[in-house]
Amino acid sequence: MKNILIIGGSSAIAVACAREWVKEGANLFLAGRHETRLEAVAQDLRVRGAGSVGTYVLDVNDYPQHRPMLDACLTAMGRIDIVLLAHGTLSDQSVCERDPEATVREISTNALSTIALLTLLACTFEAQKSGSIAVISSVAGDRGRPSNYVYGTAKAAVTTFCEGLRARLFKFNVKVLTIKPGFVNTPMTAGLPLPGPLVATPERVATDIVRAIARGKDSLYTPWFWAQIMFVIRSVPGFVFKRISL
Amino acid sequence: MSVSKLLSWGHYPYAPQASHPLAWRQSTQTALRELGTRFGTTLPFGNGRSYGDSCLAATDHVVTLRGLDRFISADWNTGVLRAEAGVTLGEVLALAVPHGWMLAVTPGTQFVTLGGALANDVHGKNHHVRGTFGRHVRRFSLLRSDSAPLECAADDNAALFCATIGGLGLTGIVEWVEIQLLKVGSSRLTVKTLPFDNLDEFLALSQVLDPAHEYGVAWIDCLSSGASLGRGIYMSADHAADGHYSSHARRVRRVPFALPWSPVNRVTLKAFNALYYRRQAARAGTAEVDYADYFYPLDSLLEWNRMYGRLGFQQYQFVVPETAARDALRAFLQTIASSGSGSFLAVLKRCGTLASPGLLSFPMPGISLALDFPQHEAKNQALFARLDAIVRDAGGRLYPAKDAHMSGADFRAAYPAWQAIEQLRDPALMSRFWQRTTQQ
Repeated sequence: MKNILIIGGSSAIAVACAREWVKEGANLFLAGRHETRLEAVAQDLRVRGAGSVGTYVLDVNDYPQHRPMLDACLTAMGRIDIVLLAHGTLSDQSVCERDPEATVREISTNALSTIALLTLLACTFEAQKSGSIAVISSVAGDRGRPSNYVYGTAKAAVTTFCEGLRARLFKFNVKVLTIKPGFVNTPMTAGLPLPGPLVATPERVATDIVRAIARGKDSLYTPWFWAQIMFVIRSVPGFVFKRISL
Repeated sequence: MSVSKLLSWGHYPYAPQASHPLAWRQSTQTALRELGTRFGTTLPFGNGRSYGDSCLAATDHVVTLRGLDRFISADWNTGVLRAEAGVTLGEVLALAVPHGWMLAVTPGTQFVTLGGALANDVHGKNHHVRGTFGRHVRRFSLLRSDSAPLECAADDNAALFCATIGGLGLTGIVEWVEIQLLKVGSSRLTVKTLPFDNLDEFLALSQVLDPAHEYGVAWIDCLSSGASLGRGIYMSADHAADGHYSSHARRVRRVPFALPWSPVNRVTLKAFNALYYRRQAARAGTAEVDYADYFYPLDSLLEWNRMYGRLGFQQYQFVVPETAARDALRAFLQTIASSGSGSFLAVLKRCGTLASPGLLSFPMPGISLALDFPQHEAKNQALFARLDAIVRDAGGRLYPAKDAHMSGADFRAAYPAWQAIEQLRDPALMSRFWQRTTQQ
């Protein structure tokens, strides 16, 4: 049975992935901000057949808490086969444009906390000489767009960090997967005017993620058509791109 | 702000609902109060399988509960399962079947939520032996805008327990439901298919065969007339005992879009019904099938409601008492056959005598018939007025979960307990159905 740590354990994509994993009886350890939500998710996973489910209340911006969380996880499970970093907030771009503190806070939640956690986890996995690290980045990190560049900046940092980490851990038999979902119908995106046909369910995205981890892939666009969409968007020359409001 | 717009299953009345999704039980109260303050009233919305306007908010702002999709506990020794209200019956079955348990009562689709099944007190093909869904509900948590969450059971907040079962979502928001599952010897069913030539034969058949089987239902060709008026196919079923517990993956298709007009008309219907009758009659005999094939034949065609075109359709389902059933059904079918309207799916079912704890429960001892009519304002109005009179005179009633037309007077006469529901209604909740039938 696999041992799986999830940061942002009550997020919709994380829950959908966990439901896939518990079908094979995985053990889970969920970290997240809201105790009651984590407990509700843990109960659900237990009923669905999880081996064991542990929870840990963690605000990812409280960096000193990262190590105690990891220690608690290792105490509970012994070793970690898969870690999924699924936490995040969708930045309010218009607020960030006027408020440096809000911008820095968004970068901290979506990039620095992830980088801090990955730094810590990398050493554990390096010593284990096995396992998979999966990180939810975003298509938003592929290009800086006026509507969403603060969030995009954080995700670009995560993507680049993961690329370097992948190369570092390659020789230790540790896989690093960068996940780039497009629009997903979750509480995080509730209320956004998203283009219906392009919006995926968390379950659809989770199926892709679980499969990509099992296959040891390096990076994943999900659903698949985002690879093509982002190829086009990346190909637009800068002097044109700055004139498009995307 | 919300973006997605929801409709009821029949797409009639066309009243797009703004969706305010709920993701966590802990936020129910805040959401209910906030929506109450902003819009006056709202209504809990499950998976949108009610046909008419009982799932539409009077304000067109619904609180969507499909996000409450977590299991809370399951005891595989006793078959007691507790889950959040947005969990669908299909999700319950996917979890429970491998453990040897199934739903004690299921309607004709597994895409309804537990909350929806409770609020409409749904029934199934075994009504004659198990009664309605509400009989298998042990407890639930009810959140009202004017109080802390309440636990309701037969002996605990009993008035609200009875008012909420079949209460059309008006007495509060159900956060979780605890149900008693049914222990089965197999996930497969032994189905016996028997063609019958007319209504009288059905009445005789079901009277003899229903008591001998767990499930019994019939399909009738509502376009046949004369001597074969009410010809059809009777299908009884029982759980097999082979210890086989799995659900095979079904081939599922989807109706991709709705045409601007309805391809369902007298010509296509006649052809379809005659073909269907002949195919099913050729299958007469006994067969072992997966439970989904017997319970949910239409679930393999996703969004089949689109077949009725953009205008949608109305389902007409009624039940009439045994004594008046024969004459009423004859008059009913003759009226339809002479009107030129008709339905693919005319489902005939004998309801049993087991009483539901619910106050507004639809079934009564007698015969229930359900038909789909493509939406056509003038034609349906004239036809339904005549059909309503037949049902009224026979002492029968229509099913609120399917309804988009019944008069307030008919509703109030057929469901005298409506006043008890009105008294216990949460002031922050109001549906278009309730407004139409009780407030005018």
